Amino acid sequence: MSILLTENTTFIVQGITGREAVNLTRECLDYGVGAKIVGGVTPGRKGREVHGVPVFDTVAQAVAHHGSPIDGSVVTVPPAFTKDAVLEALEHDIKLIVIVTERIPRRDVAQMVERANEKGARIIGPNCLGLIVPDVIKMGGIGGPAKDAAKAYTPGSIGVMSRSGGMTTEISSTLTAAGLGQSTAVSIGGDAIIGSTYAELMPLFEADEETQAIVIYTEPGGRMEAELANWVTENQSRLPIVAFMAGKFMDEMPGMSFGHAGTIVEGKADTAAEKIVRLREAGIAVAEEIAEIPGLVKDLIGEKVAS
Amino acid sequence: MSAVAENLFINVEVDDSAAGDPAIVTKLVDACPVDIFAAGEGGALEIVTGNLDECVLCNLCIAAAPEGTVRVIKLYE
Amino acid sequence: MRIILPIPDFPSESGDGTAVAPPSSLTFPPAMRFFEYEAREIVKREGIPVTDYGFVTTADEAREVAARIGGSTVIKSQVLTGGRMKAGGVQFADTPDEAAQHAENILKLEINGHMPRGVLVDPKAAVKQEYYAGVVWDGIRKKPVMLFSDMGGIDIEEVAEKHPDHVGRGHFSNLTEPPEFLAKEVIAQTGVTGSQLQRATPILARLARLFVKYDMTLAEINPLVELEDGKFVALDAHMDMENEARPRQKAILKDLGVADEETREAREATEFEIAGEAVDGMDHRGVAGNVTEFDGNLGLVIGAGGGSLTLFDAVRKYGGKPANYCEIGGNPSVAKACGLAKLVLSKPGVDKIAVMMSIVSNTRVDIVARGVIKACLELNMDPAEKIAIFRIPGAWEDEGYKILDKYGVEYCDRSVSMHQAAKRAVEKIQGDVPTGAAA
Repeated sequence: MSILLTENTTFIVQGITGREAVNLTRECLDYGVGAKIVGGVTPGRKGREVHGVPVFDTVAQAVAHHGSPIDGSVVTVPPAFTKDAVLEALEHDIKLIVIVTERIPRRDVAQMVERANEKGARIIGPNCLGLIVPDVIKMGGIGGPAKDAAKAYTPGSIGVMSRSGGMTTEISSTLTAAGLGQSTAVSIGGDAIIGSTYAELMPLFEADEETQAIVIYTEPGGRMEAELANWVTENQSRLPIVAFMAGKFMDEMPGMSFGHAGTIVEGKADTAAEKIVRLREAGIAVAEEIAEIPGLVKDLIGEKVAS
Repeated sequence: MSAVAENLFINVEVDDSAAGDPAIVTKLVDACPVDIFAAGEGGALEIVTGNLDECVLCNLCIAAAPEGTVRVIKLYE
Repeated sequence: MRIILPIPDFPSESGDGTAVAPPSSLTFPPAMRFFEYEAREIVKREGIPVTDYGFVTTADEAREVAARIGGSTVIKSQVLTGGRMKAGGVQFADTPDEAAQHAENILKLEINGHMPRGVLVDPKAAVKQEYYAGVVWDGIRKKPVMLFSDMGGIDIEEVAEKHPDHVGRGHFSNLTEPPEFLAKEVIAQTGVTGSQLQRATPILARLARLFVKYDMTLAEINPLVELEDGKFVALDAHMDMENEARPRQKAILKDLGVADEETREAREATEFEIAGEAVDGMDHRGVAGNVTEFDGNLGLVIGAGGGSLTLFDAVRKYGGKPANYCEIGGNPSVAKACGLAKLVLSKPGVDKIAVMMSIVSNTRVDIVARGVIKACLELNMDPAEKIAIFRIPGAWEDEGYKILDKYGVEYCDRSVSMHQAAKRAVEKIQGDVPTGAAA
């Protein structure tokens, strides 16, 4: 199985006539069993088609045309218009929203997230490449063109979550080369506030029978790793986790500020070194290099089976 | 600067029959995403050599002109 | 306030003597800091009482403002760095002449590598009690938080650690205006009551509103003081605005006189970094940016965001000395990749470059290969000798490998890990192995 997506997931692309969105639409349609992109939205472009996908002015028109609720939306509109696009999708009961757009002020992100919570919807991103269920469906630019995505991703039992879109593919490709396929790989986004953190996606992987282990890619900044460590400790997760931490050099650069009033709210574990300690304390294996990840995953799955 | 050629990787050849036809020239100018083609005096084709290496091998120019009249040559092959 | 970390293996200074620190784009989260005089102006325009201070840039102006204020004054250096009190950047004056003298000294005083923008001349306040009021983001709860303490004047982290019951806090929704009652509740958590509670409540509520309105990542009044006569005034303020919000905050930035090009980074960009920005600005296709200078001998043409962080670590892990950091991605043009590679290759002390990325799906291998080879040839350098390793697997890799083969550049595909590729580059630059194309 998978999390969040199945071969029957329907979605729209908001901002579908943009250059990158046109490519993304092609890639998603071509991949796996073929994404069910049931419409696109660009204000003022109603009546056009993008790779055979009908374009509408509003989400309401797309939903009406489809004739039943639409599961998801990939939002790729400029930062100043993203919040409105997401609120529009939420208003029409779309429950899974992937925000590709970068450089969205966090006040807007927080507003979108709060509204999504009220509507029982989930946001992935912003500043992400989306998610992929190997050989089945991809929602977003993750992995690139279908033939490139097929090289890196194979079906299997590893859940992947990454703050870097490109590293989601690098890590999945490394797992694939070692015979470890992926259940679902999620590019969660690199911003300070994102719709779904590692800890928020863990219950979904936990509930997915196919998933046997988790691999995460992480960077300095924020408290998401500490949140994950807490979640793992408190919930006695069945899933072994392997983490890779990039950007250790940033700990040593002067001028990096880690102390501010935020630390008394979020806690004080901002440096790469402190994150690694915290993850290890929670029983999460931390790989020194990407190439070590498959071995660690195999060891941990083996331990689970043995015990 | 140096004596390095402006285009190291890509060359484009267009037959005179196509290069002299203003209608085809317009199509080539519109088709190329990296502006390799320009219309010169009297609508004759000009190749912008400085942009040749930006060619993304999309073949849109080949599709825009009569078959066989435009050739994209990879100088590294 | 700011914790500066030691830097064991890094140069602590670049060639021209300026401290090496990352541009704000490399820090997390990036934000633009305001000077105290700007931060005070912001709180003032939102209806929070301040003292009758003056911002000046000369000793004569300082004398005038001190004379207008009358009585004792405080002269405060306006620098974007902490520790100004310790460095002598805050002085007390009893007369206008004394204020002018202090201003003259402080205007010449460099603090942590920063020269002051000017000085603030502030009436010496008759303080009865110091408080702290702040608003900050909680990235985990994804909401802003109001903070209040009746122990002001010192770092809030210290208060929270030693006297947690003296810090009140309350998250608020992003969908509605922060309510005044919440400010009241937060203040009441610290035991403050009576007229102090009544006077402090609208100040904290207004601080929360300006935090939202101006897209701040941090808004602090410390200390917020109660004067002998019972009035509350903001005696110092610290504000950081989110960089991403600058386009929509143009009005306030213009009012405050903050120019578009003022990045307020931890240090000035070097000439090399400015040249890097120019390369990125050459055309709109893709990114070849976030160039940061170091003083090593291995030039890096690396990407994308996460890949760059991983590869920079990898080079250092194997003992390499990077000459720079950068991020390429988003399918840059040949000209842009060429421009960046030329910049790095031309940097004094750079012996070779390593061209490496995580697997690309948008950026094209052949386009980057063309760019970096062209850079070598235009500089009359041999690509086979100057490019230590080319490790970019992914989109159009077969086409890219043909180009690399033709020029004898050593490359590897995805079966060679990012770390292995970095190790190979380091070995080659250290002369441990002969250079040239591998089989």
